[in-house]
Amino acid sequence: MDSLLGALAAIINLNHQGTFIHWGWFQISVANLVVIILMIVTFVIALLVPFPGKNKRRGGGK
Amino acid sequence: MSYDEEIAQQWTTRVRRGVVDFLPPDKMLPDTQPNYVASWIYVFGVVTIAAMIIVIGTGCILAIEGPIWWHHSTLGHFINSMHLWSVEIFFFAMVVHLWGKFFMAAWRGRRSLTWITGVVTFVASIATAFTGYVSQTNFDSQWISTQAKDGINATGAGSFFNVLNLGQMLMWHIVLLPLVAVLLVVLHVILVRHRGVVPPFDEAAIKAAKSGTAPAPATEEVPA
Repeated sequence: MDSLLGALAAIINLNHQGTFIHWGWFQISVANLVVIILMIVTFVIALLVPFPGKNKRRGGGK
Repeated sequence: MSYDEEIAQQWTTRVRRGVVDFLPPDKMLPDTQPNYVASWIYVFGVVTIAAMIIVIGTGCILAIEGPIWWHHSTLGHFINSMHLWSVEIFFFAMVVHLWGKFFMAAWRGRRSLTWITGVVTFVASIATAFTGYVSQTNFDSQWISTQAKDGINATGAGSFFNVLNLGQMLMWHIVLLPLVAVLLVVLHVILVRHRGVVPPFDEAAIKAAKSGTAPAPATEEVPA
């Protein structure tokens, strides 16, 4: 069990100082930048990917 | 006064009738939703609530066992991580939900209070997460609280909200702010049920209105 957890934990080593990106006055950590990019990607996918079973719906509702 | 009239005057009767008028059972738990709800963009509100349930559940376990357990046992680490990552999912889904609702102008059709309760929930959630970060009882929480104190003090709130006071921060994190967040979410969901899910913009009507061939679409759409 411990070896499995160790293997999973070793995929991405987070046990170090954060990495930051600077553009002039603007500064952001890579971790935060990755999360923001993932949110934008998720948002776009949610708009474009068809919802399963959409054609089966009869509509209506309240 | 007859017996029936007396019953109708009771505060319990009046409250029940008021609640049922405001939110009839078939609106509170509807069997179907309009066709336009069949889109992934409508999923993120309920994902946020699902993540919140995990946050509260894992938080209850952490509260039962305490800091020594979550710092020094394998299961404690696991539950602690679940608490953190469900918060990450909570905010992730909440932000995508917010973007979706912003771009569809979800305050249309007398839904402004629904929008406002959502915004206030977002702010309350940030405060809840912040008090959680300073209550971890590790070097991370010490760093965050000592960095945050100057900012908080500059607002004047430091006189009653002391981020270096672990007991105070923990109580805000596990009692006051979760209560506020849960009550706001309940109110938000009740308002969503009351007014219904906001319909999308009528694209054809907008194009027709721009070309001057038809009247502008109604923005005050309220479901029956």
